[in-house]
Amino acid sequence: MEHAHTLVVLVEDQPGVLNRVVSLLRRRSFNIDSITVGHSEQPGMSRMTLVVRGEDADVEQAGKQLYKLLEVMKVTDLSEGEAITREIVMVKVAAKGQSRSEILQIAQVYNARVLDVTPSTLMIEATGDEAQIDSFLTMMRVFGIREMVRSGKIAMSRTSGTSRQGKADAPSNGVYAAAD
Amino acid sequence: MAANSIAVSPTAILEEADHGQAAAPEILSGAAITCRSLEEEGVRTVFGYPGGAVIPLYDAIPSSSLHHVLVRFEQWAGLAADAYARATGEVGVCIATSGPGATNLVTALANAQLDSIPMVAITGQVGQALIGRDGFQEVDITGVSLPVTKHNYLVQRAEDIAPTIKEAFYLARSGRPGPVLVDIPKNVFISKVPYIYPSKTGRKSYQPTTKPNIRQVRLAAEEIRHSKKPLIMAGHGIILSGAGPEFQQFAERTGIPVIYTLLGLGSMSELHPQSLGMMGMHGHRHVNRALEECDLLINIGARFDDRATGRLSGFAPNARVVHVDIDPAEIGKNVKTHVPVVGDAREALTMLIEEVDFGDHKAWLDWIDGQRNRVLEAALEDRPEWPEPYAIIRGIAEATDNEAILTTDVGQHQMWAAQQFGFKYGDRWITSGGLGTMGYGLPSAIGAKMGRPDLEVWSIVGDGGFQMSFSELATAVQENLDINIAIINNGYLGMVRQWQDLFHNHNYSEVRISAPDFVQLAEAFGATGIRVTSDEDIMPAIQRARSIKGPVVIDFVVEPEANVYPIVPPGASNSEMMHDPQWSPDEEDV
Repeated sequence: MEHAHTLVVLVEDQPGVLNRVVSLLRRRSFNIDSITVGHSEQPGMSRMTLVVRGEDADVEQAGKQLYKLLEVMKVTDLSEGEAITREIVMVKVAAKGQSRSEILQIAQVYNARVLDVTPSTLMIEATGDEAQIDSFLTMMRVFGIREMVRSGKIAMSRTSGTSRQGKADAPSNGVYAAAD
Repeated sequence: MAANSIAVSPTAILEEADHGQAAAPEILSGAAITCRSLEEEGVRTVFGYPGGAVIPLYDAIPSSSLHHVLVRFEQWAGLAADAYARATGEVGVCIATSGPGATNLVTALANAQLDSIPMVAITGQVGQALIGRDGFQEVDITGVSLPVTKHNYLVQRAEDIAPTIKEAFYLARSGRPGPVLVDIPKNVFISKVPYIYPSKTGRKSYQPTTKPNIRQVRLAAEEIRHSKKPLIMAGHGIILSGAGPEFQQFAERTGIPVIYTLLGLGSMSELHPQSLGMMGMHGHRHVNRALEECDLLINIGARFDDRATGRLSGFAPNARVVHVDIDPAEIGKNVKTHVPVVGDAREALTMLIEEVDFGDHKAWLDWIDGQRNRVLEAALEDRPEWPEPYAIIRGIAEATDNEAILTTDVGQHQMWAAQQFGFKYGDRWITSGGLGTMGYGLPSAIGAKMGRPDLEVWSIVGDGGFQMSFSELATAVQENLDINIAIINNGYLGMVRQWQDLFHNHNYSEVRISAPDFVQLAEAFGATGIRVTSDEDIMPAIQRARSIKGPVVIDFVVEPEANVYPIVPPGASNSEMMHDPQWSPDEEDV
């Protein structure tokens, strides 16, 4: 069944590595819902969080293909339930007169923070999983969203280990290293 | 992201190595370092074409030990390097300038990528000050070649050239081999730095599995033990890993019949009694029928290409599948695999030999034998009756005792050669399998002859493909190469014509192709031209070509509308072969 997979990819921080990862997924016909990249806990290594849609077998194939990129150290498929995912959103909401206090009350419910205030708008930051962010945005739409930016998802496995082992640790019988 | 450093780890290795050095290292230009690095990797021959951005590199070539073969078009340099690699088992090397020189290599890189050929391409790039400013002959070749290389580099400092080339060769030849491109800006070729060739290379993130898991090997042996009608599907990986002897030992010990993919031909001698021939779209009738019937398919070093499998839902429908491959991404990519064995074919076979029992599959072999096309095979026994294209291919095989290197172009003649030559050795069958690159025949013959001057080299080409690359006759003459080119000249782009004939209501669209007088053309290049228009002249012409020094072109004028049979229609299962009405009168399903 086709559904969204969250792939966490640990890569060497080399020029062009983002291009290589994205180009590979494009030529193997994957749609990327979101992608985030940043430094990891290890110097010289970056961690990417990719959300792609596809059949399990196809996503497994994508993971194996990713392993063939020289810079890729580790690919982990964090299927739902085994990982914490977070996204950050910034919205600029129309806020005049009475609606201003209503917006602030709702923001409190979502643990959202006000970043900036103008006579006609409020800029608010919210963090949460995809569903929480979607729900927060539904509420904000009532007041009128002037501008909005989402970070894309980042994810971390709930298990005590890290997703940092090298390819040498991958099972040698060719079975793709899914979340373990 | 680090913006301006490339190949961080190899440079670190260089700097590490630096500390131990007593004598001060030589100061050399980037160009000289490039040549020295190639020499360090054992390169003797390079194929290339000069141009603006590589003028500094060409300045250094005459004082190196490298033999540079000046081609007439960069694509043929790449394909010659590809064939050189296939014939020698070494890494092929090609050189091109920036911009158009580099983009002309792209087809050759793709060819090497799809057939897993170890190759290193060195391209010049505009000076670093011009990069990103659309300089004259500037193309982002690392961007362009990304999907058709195993890896590529843009070298930013002359200090990085040696470690980058070291890593490039390691990547090209290790694991699943492939092409690696190293792009070097003109000013980096010119700048002078200390030269030290690193003694080690490699990265933590690149650890190909070569030794299979013993548990998987035992599971494979268990499958073999329980099968009644096993079949070995021999792929290119056996040849690439140099596992010919181990493979034959494995096949003989188990007694299992062997079928071949296009690129697997010759991984064991086709003259061996267990050898059944090629499978797939133009595979032999008995081979495709054996695939339908087998209960175990042992794929060693093949990637289940669609030309080999036909429609996947009808492929080996009764078989369990063992798949030996060095690339884990190939396991289960196209065909459901019951026992994956990830590793180098040679190591896998060495381990398998220890685990399998002696076996005998005479009844099964007899059954397969009964599926042979007897009418055609009887005709092939008796020379005067040979159907035309087969007579030429079998003639070359007979004259050279199947010992020659045979290269081909792409199309009908390629399939006739694959069906009928009878290959004894995998590294003497040189053809563009995955990419199907027309024009490959002549440059690949040049590459093969440069690599193996001790062997007789024949190239079978079509009149279409030969017209793409015949400018390389000049290269062959300049290098005074003893190569023989057999043009199967039917006046058509034959394979496309055949598809239009069979699958598009005989609507011949743009397949009638004129040609120059190939005999005069050969003579104009300073080669020898021979024309053959009747069957009785085939063998004398082949023998005459063998006795002449330098390149020889034989223009075999053949029946214009002969088709390759059997043929599995596109999208059909291998069981739905169409057969030659003339040579398969007993077929119900003609």
